[in-house]
Amino acid sequence: MNKKKFIEFLGFFSLRICVYLVLAVILLFVYDIGSKGVGSINWEFLSQAPRKGMTEGGIFPAIIGTFLVTIVTAILAVPLGMFAAIYLNEYAKQTKLTRIIRLSIRNLSGVPSIVYGLFGVILFVNILKFGTSVLSAGLTLGLLTLPWTITASEEALKTIPNSYREGALALGATKWQAIRTNVLPYALPGMLTGTVLGLARAAGETAPIMFTGAAFYLPMLPKSLADQFMALPYHLYVMATQHHAISQVRPLAYGTALVLIILILLMNLAVFILRFRLRRVIKD
Amino acid sequence: MRNIYFRKLKESIIRAFFFTNGILVVFILMGIFFFLLYTAIPAFREIDIKEFFTSKNWNPTSPVKEEYGILAMIVSTFLVTLGALVIAVPIGIGVASYLSDVAHWKVREIVKPIIEILAGIPSVVIGFLGIVLFGPAIAKISGQSHGLNAINGSILLAVMALPTIISISEDSLNAVPRAYKEASLALGASRWQTLVRVKIPAALSGIIAAVMLGMGRAIGETMTVLMATGNAPAFPSGFLSSIRTMTATIAIELGEVPYYTTHYYALFAIGLVLFIITFFVNLISDLVLHKFQEREL
Repeated sequence: MNKKKFIEFLGFFSLRICVYLVLAVILLFVYDIGSKGVGSINWEFLSQAPRKGMTEGGIFPAIIGTFLVTIVTAILAVPLGMFAAIYLNEYAKQTKLTRIIRLSIRNLSGVPSIVYGLFGVILFVNILKFGTSVLSAGLTLGLLTLPWTITASEEALKTIPNSYREGALALGATKWQAIRTNVLPYALPGMLTGTVLGLARAAGETAPIMFTGAAFYLPMLPKSLADQFMALPYHLYVMATQHHAISQVRPLAYGTALVLIILILLMNLAVFILRFRLRRVIKD
Repeated sequence: MRNIYFRKLKESIIRAFFFTNGILVVFILMGIFFFLLYTAIPAFREIDIKEFFTSKNWNPTSPVKEEYGILAMIVSTFLVTLGALVIAVPIGIGVASYLSDVAHWKVREIVKPIIEILAGIPSVVIGFLGIVLFGPAIAKISGQSHGLNAINGSILLAVMALPTIISISEDSLNAVPRAYKEASLALGASRWQTLVRVKIPAALSGIIAAVMLGMGRAIGETMTVLMATGNAPAFPSGFLSSIRTMTATIAIELGEVPYYTTHYYALFAIGLVLFIITFFVNLISDLVLHKFQEREL
Protein backbone atom coordinates (compact mmCIF):
# COMPACT_ATOMS: atom_id res chain seq x y z
CA MET A 1 0.00 0.00 0.00
CA ASN A 2 2.78 2.38 0.91
CA LYS A 3 4.64 1.49 -2.22
CA LYS A 4 1.58 2.35 -4.30
CA LYS A 5 1.28 5.71 -2.58
CA PHE A 6 4.97 6.37 -3.05
CA ILE A 7 4.79 5.63 -6.79
CA GLU A 8 1.77 7.90 -7.08
CA PHE A 9 3.63 10.68 -5.29
CA LEU A 10 6.64 10.20 -7.55
CA GLY A 11 4.48 10.13 -10.67
CA PHE A 12 2.55 13.28 -9.89
CA PHE A 13 5.78 14.93 -8.81
CA SER A 14 7.35 14.25 -12.21
CA LEU A 15 4.26 15.64 -13.97
CA ARG A 16 4.60 18.78 -11.90
CA ILE A 17 8.27 19.02 -12.92
CA CYS A 18 7.17 18.94 -16.57
CA VAL A 19 4.85 21.89 -15.98
CA TYR A 20 7.51 23.85 -14.09
CA LEU A 21 10.00 23.16 -16.86
CA VAL A 22 7.69 24.52 -19.57
CA LEU A 23 6.78 27.56 -17.48
CA ALA A 24 10.46 28.18 -16.74
CA VAL A 25 11.34 28.13 -20.44
CA ILE A 26 8.56 30.61 -21.23
CA LEU A 27 9.61 32.92 -18.40
CA LEU A 28 13.24 32.66 -19.50
CA PHE A 29 12.25 33.67 -23.05
CA VAL A 30 10.14 36.59 -21.93
CA TYR A 31 12.69 37.73 -19.36
CA ASP A 32 15.67 37.52 -21.72
CA ILE A 33 14.00 39.46 -24.52
CA GLY A 34 12.30 41.88 -22.16
CA SER A 35 15.36 42.75 -20.09
CA LYS A 36 17.80 43.02 -22.97
CA GLY A 37 15.39 44.59 -25.45
CA VAL A 38 13.93 47.31 -23.28
CA GLY A 39 17.17 49.31 -23.28
CA SER A 40 17.05 49.78 -27.06
CA ILE A 41 13.48 50.99 -27.19
CA ASN A 42 13.00 54.71 -27.24
CA TRP A 43 11.22 57.19 -29.44
CA GLU A 44 14.11 57.36 -31.91
CA PHE A 45 14.14 53.56 -32.28
CA LEU A 46 10.43 53.50 -33.09
CA SER A 47 10.26 56.56 -35.32
CA GLN A 48 13.41 56.54 -37.46
CA ALA A 49 14.92 54.51 -40.25
CA PRO A 50 18.12 52.48 -39.76
CA ARG A 51 21.31 54.50 -40.28
CA LYS A 52 25.01 53.84 -40.95
CA GLY A 53 24.64 50.38 -42.47
CA MET A 54 21.92 49.50 -39.98
CA THR A 55 24.22 49.86 -36.98
CA GLU A 56 22.26 52.81 -35.65
CA GLY A 57 18.83 54.32 -35.90
CA GLY A 58 15.46 52.66 -35.63
CA ILE A 59 13.00 50.25 -37.15
CA PHE A 60 10.25 52.60 -38.31
CA PRO A 61 10.18 51.31 -41.95
CA ALA A 62 9.94 47.72 -40.67
CA ILE A 63 6.98 48.56 -38.42
CA ILE A 64 5.19 50.32 -41.29
CA GLY A 65 6.04 47.47 -43.69
CA THR A 66 4.65 44.82 -41.35
CA PHE A 67 1.55 46.96 -40.85
CA LEU A 68 0.96 47.40 -44.60
CA VAL A 69 1.51 43.75 -45.47
CA THR A 70 -0.84 42.68 -42.68
CA ILE A 71 -3.57 44.90 -44.14
CA VAL A 72 -3.20 43.19 -47.54
CA THR A 73 -3.28 39.84 -45.75
CA ALA A 74 -6.48 40.82 -43.96
CA ILE A 75 -8.16 42.02 -47.16
CA LEU A 76 -7.64 38.58 -48.70
CA ALA A 77 -8.03 36.27 -45.73
CA VAL A 78 -10.79 37.84 -43.63
CA PRO A 79 -13.68 38.01 -46.12
CA LEU A 80 -12.73 34.76 -47.87
CA GLY A 81 -12.43 33.03 -44.51
CA MET A 82 -15.80 34.32 -43.33
CA PHE A 83 -17.61 33.41 -46.55
CA ALA A 84 -16.13 29.92 -46.59
CA ALA A 85 -17.09 29.46 -42.94
CA ILE A 86 -20.66 30.61 -43.67
CA TYR A 87 -20.87 28.02 -46.44
CA LEU A 88 -19.51 25.23 -44.25
CA ASN A 89 -21.60 25.97 -41.19
CA GLU A 90 -24.85 27.23 -42.73
CA TYR A 91 -25.23 25.66 -46.17
CA ALA A 92 -23.04 22.55 -46.50
CA LYS A 93 -24.59 19.15 -45.93
CA GLN A 94 -22.69 16.05 -44.87
CA THR A 95 -21.53 15.09 -48.34
CA LYS A 96 -18.28 13.74 -49.67
CA LEU A 97 -17.49 17.15 -51.16
CA THR A 98 -17.90 18.83 -47.77
CA ARG A 99 -15.53 16.29 -46.26
CA ILE A 100 -12.99 17.04 -48.99
CA ILE A 101 -13.28 20.77 -48.28
CA ARG A 102 -12.72 20.21 -44.57
CA LEU A 103 -9.80 17.90 -45.23
CA SER A 104 -8.27 20.52 -47.54
CA ILE A 105 -8.56 23.20 -44.85
CA ARG A 106 -6.81 21.02 -42.29
CA ASN A 107 -4.12 20.10 -44.77
CA LEU A 108 -3.59 23.70 -45.83
CA SER A 109 -2.95 24.65 -42.22
CA GLY A 110 -0.20 22.03 -42.16
CA VAL A 111 1.58 23.15 -45.34
CA PRO A 112 5.02 24.50 -44.33
CA SER A 113 5.25 28.29 -44.47
CA ILE A 114 8.25 28.17 -46.81
CA VAL A 115 6.17 26.15 -49.29
CA TYR A 116 3.64 29.00 -49.27
CA GLY A 117 6.62 31.23 -50.03
CA LEU A 118 7.56 29.09 -53.04
CA PHE A 119 3.96 29.14 -54.24
CA GLY A 120 3.90 32.91 -53.85
CA VAL A 121 7.06 33.21 -55.97
CA ILE A 122 5.51 31.14 -58.77
CA LEU A 123 2.00 32.57 -58.75
CA PHE A 124 2.17 36.16 -57.52
CA VAL A 125 5.74 37.19 -58.34
CA ASN A 126 6.16 35.41 -61.70
CA ILE A 127 2.86 34.40 -63.30
CA LEU A 128 0.75 37.37 -62.20
CA LYS A 129 3.83 39.63 -62.49
CA PHE A 130 3.29 41.47 -59.20
CA GLY A 131 7.05 41.23 -58.66
CA THR A 132 8.58 41.18 -55.21
CA SER A 133 6.22 43.60 -53.53
CA VAL A 134 3.91 44.35 -50.64
CA LEU A 135 1.10 42.92 -52.75
CA SER A 136 2.81 39.57 -53.46
CA ALA A 137 3.89 39.10 -49.86
CA GLY A 138 0.50 40.11 -48.48
CA LEU A 139 -1.37 37.73 -50.78
CA THR A 140 1.03 34.89 -49.92
CA LEU A 141 0.45 35.50 -46.22
CA GLY A 142 -3.27 35.76 -46.94
CA LEU A 143 -3.34 32.23 -48.33
CA LEU A 144 -1.36 31.03 -45.32
CA THR A 145 -3.83 32.69 -42.94
CA LEU A 146 -6.96 31.51 -44.75
CA PRO A 147 -7.32 28.09 -43.06
CA TRP A 148 -7.01 29.78 -39.64
CA THR A 149 -9.63 32.44 -40.40
CA ILE A 150 -12.04 29.82 -41.76
CA THR A 151 -11.69 27.66 -38.65
CA ALA A 152 -12.02 30.64 -36.29
CA SER A 153 -15.08 31.99 -38.11
CA GLU A 154 -16.75 28.61 -38.11
CA GLU A 155 -16.19 28.25 -34.36
CA ALA A 156 -18.00 31.57 -33.91
CA LEU A 157 -20.91 30.49 -36.13
CA LYS A 158 -21.21 27.21 -34.23
CA THR A 159 -21.93 29.07 -30.99
CA ILE A 160 -25.17 30.51 -32.40
CA PRO A 161 -28.05 28.26 -31.28
CA ASN A 162 -30.16 26.64 -33.98
CA SER A 163 -33.32 28.15 -32.53
CA TYR A 164 -32.18 31.55 -33.85
CA ARG A 165 -32.16 30.20 -37.41
CA GLU A 166 -35.36 28.21 -36.97
CA GLY A 167 -37.19 31.18 -35.49
CA ALA A 168 -36.52 33.26 -38.58
CA LEU A 169 -37.30 30.43 -40.98
CA ALA A 170 -40.61 29.74 -39.19
CA LEU A 171 -41.63 33.35 -39.77
CA GLY A 172 -41.18 32.86 -43.49
CA ALA A 173 -37.69 34.25 -43.91
CA THR A 174 -35.50 32.74 -46.60
CA LYS A 175 -32.28 31.01 -45.65
CA TRP A 176 -30.17 34.06 -46.44
CA GLN A 177 -32.52 36.38 -44.56
CA ALA A 178 -32.27 34.11 -41.54
CA ILE A 179 -28.49 34.10 -41.72
CA ARG A 180 -28.24 37.84 -42.29
CA THR A 181 -30.62 38.95 -39.58
CA ASN A 182 -30.41 36.22 -36.95
CA VAL A 183 -26.98 34.62 -37.24
CA LEU A 184 -24.38 37.07 -38.54
CA PRO A 185 -25.07 39.97 -36.14
CA TYR A 186 -24.42 37.67 -33.18
CA ALA A 187 -21.55 35.72 -34.74
CA LEU A 188 -19.69 38.65 -36.29
CA PRO A 189 -17.81 39.82 -33.17
CA GLY A 190 -16.58 36.28 -32.53
CA MET A 191 -15.60 35.88 -36.16
CA LEU A 192 -13.63 39.12 -36.10
CA THR A 193 -11.75 38.35 -32.89
CA GLY A 194 -10.82 34.91 -34.19
CA THR A 195 -9.49 36.31 -37.43
CA VAL A 196 -7.42 38.95 -35.63
CA LEU A 197 -5.60 36.11 -33.87
CA GLY A 198 -4.85 34.59 -37.27
CA LEU A 199 -3.54 37.94 -38.51
CA ALA A 200 -1.31 38.27 -35.44
CA ARG A 201 0.31 34.97 -36.35
CA ALA A 202 0.69 36.03 -39.98
CA ALA A 203 2.38 39.27 -38.92
CA GLY A 204 5.15 37.26 -37.26
CA GLU A 205 5.85 35.00 -40.25
CA THR A 206 9.17 35.33 -42.04
CA ALA A 207 9.67 32.47 -44.49
CA PRO A 208 6.73 33.33 -46.80
CA ILE A 209 7.81 36.96 -47.26
CA MET A 210 11.56 36.41 -47.70
CA PHE A 211 11.28 35.90 -51.45
CA THR A 212 7.99 37.61 -52.21
CA GLY A 213 8.76 41.17 -51.17
CA ALA A 214 10.62 41.72 -47.89
CA ALA A 215 13.82 43.69 -48.38
CA PHE A 216 17.12 43.61 -46.50
CA TYR A 217 17.28 47.37 -46.24
CA LEU A 218 15.38 50.19 -47.91
CA PRO A 219 16.15 53.87 -47.45
CA MET A 220 12.51 54.83 -47.91
CA LEU A 221 9.00 53.65 -47.17
CA PRO A 222 7.05 51.74 -49.84
CA LYS A 223 5.10 54.23 -51.97
CA SER A 224 2.66 51.72 -53.43
CA LEU A 225 1.66 48.08 -53.22
CA ALA A 226 4.13 47.30 -56.00
CA ASP A 227 7.16 48.33 -53.92
CA GLN A 228 9.36 46.16 -51.75
CA PHE A 229 9.20 46.71 -48.01
CA MET A 230 11.03 46.08 -44.74
CA ALA A 231 9.28 43.85 -42.21
CA LEU A 232 9.86 43.32 -38.50
CA PRO A 233 10.36 39.53 -38.55
CA TYR A 234 12.66 39.64 -41.57
CA HIS A 235 14.54 42.58 -40.07
CA LEU A 236 15.13 40.53 -36.92
CA TYR A 237 16.45 37.65 -39.04
CA VAL A 238 18.79 40.02 -40.87
CA MET A 239 20.03 41.67 -37.67
CA ALA A 240 20.55 38.29 -35.99
CA THR A 241 22.34 36.42 -38.77
CA GLN A 242 23.03 38.42 -41.94
CA HIS A 243 24.45 41.70 -40.68
CA HIS A 244 28.16 42.37 -41.15
CA ALA A 245 28.62 43.38 -37.50
CA ILE A 246 26.33 40.98 -35.69
CA SER A 247 27.62 41.47 -32.15
CA GLN A 248 27.58 45.24 -32.51
CA VAL A 249 23.91 45.32 -33.53
CA ARG A 250 22.76 42.71 -31.00
CA PRO A 251 20.97 45.33 -28.84
CA LEU A 252 19.05 46.47 -31.94
CA ALA A 253 18.11 42.86 -32.68
CA TYR A 254 16.84 42.46 -29.11
CA GLY A 255 14.85 45.67 -29.46
CA THR A 256 13.30 44.46 -32.73
CA ALA A 257 12.37 41.12 -31.15
CA LEU A 258 10.74 42.89 -28.21
CA VAL A 259 8.73 45.23 -30.45
CA LEU A 260 7.58 42.25 -32.53
CA ILE A 261 6.48 40.30 -29.47
CA ILE A 262 4.75 43.32 -27.91
CA LEU A 263 2.90 43.96 -31.18
CA ILE A 264 1.62 40.38 -31.30
CA LEU A 265 0.77 40.29 -27.59
CA LEU A 266 -1.16 43.57 -27.99
CA MET A 267 -3.24 42.07 -30.79
CA ASN A 268 -3.90 39.03 -28.58
CA LEU A 269 -4.73 41.20 -25.60
CA ALA A 270 -7.17 43.28 -27.64
CA VAL A 271 -8.96 40.10 -28.67
CA PHE A 272 -8.99 38.84 -25.08
CA ILE A 273 -10.55 42.05 -23.77
CA LEU A 274 -13.02 42.23 -26.63
CA ARG A 275 -14.15 38.65 -25.98
CA PHE A 276 -14.55 39.29 -22.29
CA ARG A 277 -16.67 42.37 -22.96
CA LEU A 278 -18.78 40.66 -25.59
CA ARG A 279 -19.46 37.76 -23.28
CA ARG A 280 -20.76 40.21 -20.69
CA VAL A 281 -22.89 42.05 -23.21
CA ILE A 282 -24.46 38.82 -24.41
CA LYS A 283 -25.13 37.71 -20.83
CA ASP A 284 -26.94 40.97 -20.09
CA MET B 1 -45.66 34.63 -58.47
CA ARG B 2 -42.81 36.47 -60.15
CA ASN B 3 -41.74 37.58 -56.71
CA ILE B 4 -41.30 34.01 -55.47
CA TYR B 5 -39.22 33.04 -58.47
CA PHE B 6 -37.09 36.11 -57.97
CA ARG B 7 -36.58 35.23 -54.34
CA LYS B 8 -35.59 31.69 -55.17
CA LEU B 9 -33.15 32.87 -57.80
CA LYS B 10 -31.62 35.32 -55.39
CA GLU B 11 -31.26 32.62 -52.74
CA SER B 12 -29.54 30.22 -55.09
CA ILE B 13 -27.16 32.92 -56.30
CA ILE B 14 -26.22 33.68 -52.70
CA ARG B 15 -25.76 30.00 -51.98
CA ALA B 16 -23.54 29.64 -55.07
CA PHE B 17 -21.48 32.61 -53.92
CA PHE B 18 -20.72 31.04 -50.54
CA PHE B 19 -20.13 27.66 -52.14
CA THR B 20 -17.52 29.20 -54.45
CA ASN B 21 -15.68 30.54 -51.42
CA GLY B 22 -15.89 27.18 -49.70
CA ILE B 23 -14.62 25.16 -52.64
CA LEU B 24 -11.77 27.62 -53.18
CA VAL B 25 -9.61 26.01 -50.48
CA VAL B 26 -9.61 22.74 -52.42
CA PHE B 27 -8.31 24.60 -55.47
CA ILE B 28 -5.67 26.39 -53.42
CA LEU B 29 -4.37 23.10 -52.05
CA MET B 30 -4.35 21.52 -55.51
CA GLY B 31 -2.88 24.71 -56.95
CA ILE B 32 0.05 24.61 -54.54
CA PHE B 33 0.73 20.99 -55.47
CA PHE B 34 0.47 21.42 -59.23
CA PHE B 35 2.44 24.67 -59.41
CA LEU B 36 5.22 23.09 -57.34
CA LEU B 37 5.14 19.99 -59.52
CA TYR B 38 5.16 22.05 -62.70
CA THR B 39 8.14 24.10 -61.53
CA ALA B 40 9.98 21.07 -60.13
CA ILE B 41 9.76 18.86 -63.22
CA PRO B 42 12.27 20.80 -65.39
CA ALA B 43 14.91 20.05 -62.74
CA PHE B 44 14.86 16.43 -63.77
CA ARG B 45 15.84 17.16 -67.34
CA GLU B 46 19.39 17.40 -66.02
CA ILE B 47 19.26 15.63 -62.68
CA ASP B 48 18.89 11.88 -62.40
CA ILE B 49 15.90 11.27 -60.11
CA LYS B 50 17.64 8.39 -58.35
CA GLU B 51 20.71 10.50 -57.73
CA PHE B 52 18.48 13.30 -56.40
CA PHE B 53 17.15 11.11 -53.61
CA THR B 54 20.18 8.91 -52.88
CA SER B 55 23.21 11.14 -53.28
CA LYS B 56 24.60 12.77 -50.17
CA ASN B 57 26.23 15.63 -52.09
CA TRP B 58 24.45 18.90 -52.68
CA ASN B 59 26.74 21.20 -54.59
CA PRO B 60 24.77 23.08 -57.24
CA THR B 61 27.26 25.91 -57.71
CA SER B 62 30.38 23.79 -58.18
CA PRO B 63 32.39 24.95 -61.21
CA VAL B 64 33.62 21.39 -61.85
CA LYS B 65 30.60 19.15 -61.42
CA GLU B 66 27.24 20.27 -60.13
CA GLU B 67 25.72 17.80 -57.70
CA TYR B 68 22.09 17.63 -56.65
CA GLY B 69 21.63 15.07 -53.90
CA ILE B 70 19.18 15.80 -51.10
CA LEU B 71 19.71 12.73 -48.91
CA ALA B 72 21.78 14.65 -46.37
CA MET B 73 19.03 17.29 -46.04
CA ILE B 74 16.28 14.70 -45.66
CA VAL B 75 18.27 12.90 -42.96
CA SER B 76 19.04 16.24 -41.27
CA THR B 77 15.36 17.21 -41.28
CA PHE B 78 14.34 13.93 -39.72
CA LEU B 79 17.22 13.97 -37.23
CA VAL B 80 16.27 17.38 -35.87
CA THR B 81 12.57 16.39 -35.86
CA LEU B 82 13.30 13.14 -34.02
CA GLY B 83 15.26 15.04 -31.39
CA ALA B 84 12.39 17.50 -30.99
CA LEU B 85 9.85 14.71 -30.50
CA VAL B 86 12.04 12.86 -27.98
CA ILE B 87 12.03 16.05 -25.90
CA ALA B 88 8.51 17.31 -26.55
CA VAL B 89 6.43 14.13 -26.37
CA PRO B 90 7.11 13.06 -22.76
CA ILE B 91 7.01 16.64 -21.47
CA GLY B 92 3.90 17.45 -23.51
CA ILE B 93 1.99 14.38 -22.32
CA GLY B 94 3.19 15.09 -18.78
CA VAL B 95 1.85 18.64 -18.84
CA ALA B 96 -1.41 17.55 -20.50
CA SER B 97 -1.91 14.81 -17.85
CA TYR B 98 -1.18 17.25 -15.07
CA LEU B 99 -3.63 19.81 -16.42
CA SER B 100 -6.42 17.32 -17.06
CA ASP B 101 -6.03 15.08 -14.00
CA VAL B 102 -4.04 16.65 -11.22
CA ALA B 103 -4.21 20.43 -11.37
CA HIS B 104 -6.76 22.48 -9.51
CA TRP B 105 -8.95 24.36 -12.00
CA LYS B 106 -7.51 27.67 -10.84
CA VAL B 107 -4.00 26.46 -11.69
CA ARG B 108 -5.27 25.31 -15.07
CA GLU B 109 -6.81 28.70 -15.80
CA ILE B 110 -3.43 30.33 -15.16
CA VAL B 111 -1.15 27.81 -16.86
CA LYS B 112 -3.11 27.42 -20.09
CA PRO B 113 -2.97 31.08 -21.21
CA ILE B 114 0.76 31.17 -20.41
CA ILE B 115 1.34 28.18 -22.69
CA GLU B 116 -0.75 29.97 -25.33
CA ILE B 117 1.71 32.87 -25.17
CA LEU B 118 4.36 30.39 -26.25
CA ALA B 119 2.26 29.44 -29.28
CA GLY B 120 2.11 33.12 -30.25
CA ILE B 121 5.85 33.78 -30.27
CA PRO B 122 7.00 34.03 -33.92
CA SER B 123 9.44 31.38 -35.11
CA VAL B 124 12.05 34.00 -35.99
CA VAL B 125 12.12 35.10 -32.33
CA ILE B 126 12.51 31.48 -31.19
CA GLY B 127 15.39 31.11 -33.66
CA PHE B 128 16.96 34.28 -32.29
CA LEU B 129 16.74 32.84 -28.78
CA GLY B 130 18.45 29.72 -30.11
CA ILE B 131 21.38 31.89 -31.16
CA VAL B 132 21.64 34.05 -28.04
CA LEU B 133 20.41 31.72 -25.28
CA PHE B 134 20.74 28.01 -26.13
CA GLY B 135 23.71 28.28 -28.50
CA PRO B 136 26.23 29.58 -25.94
CA ALA B 137 24.88 27.17 -23.29
CA ILE B 138 25.24 24.17 -25.58
CA ALA B 139 28.72 25.30 -26.61
CA LYS B 140 29.77 25.51 -22.97
CA ILE B 141 28.36 22.10 -22.02
CA SER B 142 29.62 20.23 -25.08
CA GLY B 143 32.95 22.04 -25.24
CA GLN B 144 32.51 23.02 -28.89
CA SER B 145 33.37 26.38 -30.36
CA HIS B 146 29.71 27.20 -31.02
CA GLY B 147 26.32 25.74 -30.18
CA LEU B 148 24.60 26.04 -33.54
CA ASN B 149 23.83 22.39 -34.22
CA ALA B 150 21.12 19.76 -34.47
CA ILE B 151 20.40 19.56 -30.74
CA ASN B 152 19.87 23.33 -30.57
CA GLY B 153 17.32 23.05 -33.38
CA SER B 154 15.68 20.08 -31.68
CA ILE B 155 15.25 21.96 -28.40
CA LEU B 156 13.68 24.94 -30.19
CA LEU B 157 11.39 22.80 -32.31
CA ALA B 158 10.35 20.92 -29.16
CA VAL B 159 9.43 24.23 -27.53
CA MET B 160 7.42 25.18 -30.61
CA ALA B 161 5.64 21.81 -30.80
CA LEU B 162 4.71 21.78 -27.10
CA PRO B 163 1.60 24.02 -27.24
CA THR B 164 0.08 21.86 -30.01
CA ILE B 165 0.91 18.58 -28.29
CA ILE B 166 -0.29 19.81 -24.89
CA SER B 167 -3.61 21.24 -26.04
CA ILE B 168 -4.69 18.33 -28.26
CA SER B 169 -3.51 15.70 -25.76
CA GLU B 170 -5.36 17.46 -22.98
CA ASP B 171 -8.53 17.61 -25.07
CA SER B 172 -8.38 13.90 -25.77
CA LEU B 173 -7.66 13.09 -22.10
CA ASN B 174 -10.68 15.17 -21.12
CA ALA B 175 -12.78 13.34 -23.69
CA VAL B 176 -12.24 9.98 -21.97
CA PRO B 177 -15.60 9.08 -20.38
CA ARG B 178 -15.76 9.67 -16.63
CA ALA B 179 -17.00 6.13 -16.13
CA TYR B 180 -13.59 4.73 -17.11
CA LYS B 181 -11.88 6.68 -14.38
CA GLU B 182 -14.55 5.95 -11.80
CA ALA B 183 -14.55 2.22 -12.55
CA SER B 184 -10.78 2.09 -12.21
CA LEU B 185 -10.78 3.99 -8.92
CA ALA B 186 -13.64 1.84 -7.59
CA LEU B 187 -11.56 -1.28 -8.26
CA GLY B 188 -8.90 0.07 -5.92
CA ALA B 189 -6.44 1.56 -8.42
CA SER B 190 -4.63 4.70 -7.34
CA ARG B 191 -5.09 7.94 -9.27
CA TRP B 192 -1.66 7.46 -10.81
CA GLN B 193 -2.46 3.90 -11.92
CA THR B 194 -5.76 5.13 -13.35
CA LEU B 195 -3.99 7.85 -15.30
CA VAL B 196 -1.23 5.65 -16.72
CA ARG B 197 -3.13 2.41 -17.32
CA VAL B 198 -6.65 3.62 -18.11
CA LYS B 199 -6.86 7.23 -19.20
CA ILE B 200 -3.71 7.58 -21.31
CA PRO B 201 -4.36 4.31 -23.21
CA ALA B 202 -7.97 5.40 -23.79
CA ALA B 203 -6.82 8.75 -25.15
CA LEU B 204 -3.93 7.28 -27.10
CA SER B 205 -5.20 7.92 -30.64
CA GLY B 206 -5.77 11.59 -29.80
CA ILE B 207 -2.29 11.81 -28.32
CA ILE B 208 -0.77 10.12 -31.38
CA ALA B 209 -2.59 12.58 -33.63
CA ALA B 210 -1.21 15.45 -31.55
CA VAL B 211 2.32 14.08 -31.86
CA MET B 212 1.96 13.65 -35.62
CA LEU B 213 0.70 17.20 -35.93
CA GLY B 214 3.68 18.45 -33.93
CA MET B 215 5.93 16.38 -36.17
CA GLY B 216 4.45 17.94 -39.32
CA ARG B 217 5.11 21.39 -37.91
CA ALA B 218 8.69 20.49 -36.99
CA ILE B 219 9.48 19.08 -40.45
CA GLY B 220 8.18 22.21 -42.18
CA GLU B 221 9.58 24.79 -39.76
CA THR B 222 12.07 27.10 -41.46
CA MET B 223 13.28 30.08 -39.46
CA THR B 224 14.26 28.32 -36.23
CA VAL B 225 16.34 25.63 -37.92
CA LEU B 226 17.77 28.15 -40.38
CA MET B 227 19.02 30.32 -37.53
CA ALA B 228 19.99 27.72 -34.93
CA THR B 229 21.42 24.63 -36.61
CA GLY B 230 24.54 26.05 -38.27
CA ASN B 231 23.63 25.10 -41.87
CA ALA B 232 26.72 23.04 -42.75
CA PRO B 233 25.73 21.18 -45.93
CA ALA B 234 27.31 17.87 -44.91
CA PHE B 235 25.87 14.53 -43.91
CA PRO B 236 25.04 14.74 -40.18
CA SER B 237 27.12 12.62 -37.85
CA GLY B 238 25.08 13.17 -34.70
CA PHE B 239 23.17 15.69 -32.63
CA LEU B 240 26.23 17.83 -32.07
CA SER B 241 26.96 18.28 -35.75
CA SER B 242 25.94 21.37 -37.63
CA ILE B 243 23.18 20.44 -40.06
CA ARG B 244 21.20 21.90 -42.92
CA THR B 245 17.57 20.90 -43.38
CA MET B 246 15.43 20.95 -46.53
CA THR B 247 13.64 24.13 -45.44
CA ALA B 248 16.91 25.89 -44.61
CA THR B 249 18.40 25.01 -48.00
CA ILE B 250 15.46 26.60 -49.80
CA ALA B 251 15.62 29.67 -47.57
CA ILE B 252 19.38 30.14 -48.05
CA GLU B 253 19.62 29.53 -51.77
CA LEU B 254 16.38 30.79 -53.31
CA GLY B 255 17.41 34.40 -52.73
CA GLU B 256 20.63 34.04 -54.71
CA VAL B 257 19.81 31.61 -57.48
CA PRO B 258 19.23 32.92 -61.02
CA TYR B 259 15.64 32.27 -62.16
CA TYR B 260 14.86 29.33 -64.46
CA THR B 261 18.13 27.45 -64.00
CA THR B 262 18.41 23.80 -62.99
CA HIS B 263 19.41 24.95 -59.52
CA TYR B 264 16.24 27.09 -59.30
CA TYR B 265 14.03 24.21 -60.39
CA ALA B 266 15.82 21.85 -57.98
CA LEU B 267 14.91 24.11 -55.05
CA PHE B 268 11.25 23.80 -56.03
CA ALA B 269 11.73 20.03 -56.23
CA ILE B 270 12.87 20.14 -52.59
CA GLY B 271 9.75 22.17 -51.82
CA LEU B 272 7.63 19.53 -53.52
CA VAL B 273 9.24 16.73 -51.47
CA LEU B 274 8.60 18.79 -48.35
CA PHE B 275 4.97 19.35 -49.35
CA ILE B 276 4.40 15.64 -49.96
CA ILE B 277 6.02 14.55 -46.67
CA THR B 278 4.05 17.03 -44.55
CA PHE B 279 0.86 16.26 -46.51
CA PHE B 280 1.03 12.60 -45.56
CA VAL B 281 2.06 13.25 -41.96
CA ASN B 282 -0.93 15.59 -41.58
CA LEU B 283 -3.26 13.20 -43.39
CA ILE B 284 -2.32 10.32 -41.08
CA SER B 285 -2.74 12.57 -38.05
CA ASP B 286 -6.15 13.58 -39.36
CA LEU B 287 -7.28 10.00 -39.97
CA VAL B 288 -6.15 8.92 -36.47
CA LEU B 289 -7.97 11.85 -34.88
CA HIS B 290 -11.08 11.21 -36.95
CA LYS B 291 -11.16 7.57 -35.92
CA PHE B 292 -10.78 8.65 -32.33
CA GLN B 293 -13.70 11.07 -32.56
CA GLU B 294 -15.92 8.52 -34.28
CA ARG B 295 -15.29 6.00 -31.56
CA GLU B 296 -16.26 8.54 -28.95
CA LEU B 297 -19.60 9.02 -30.64
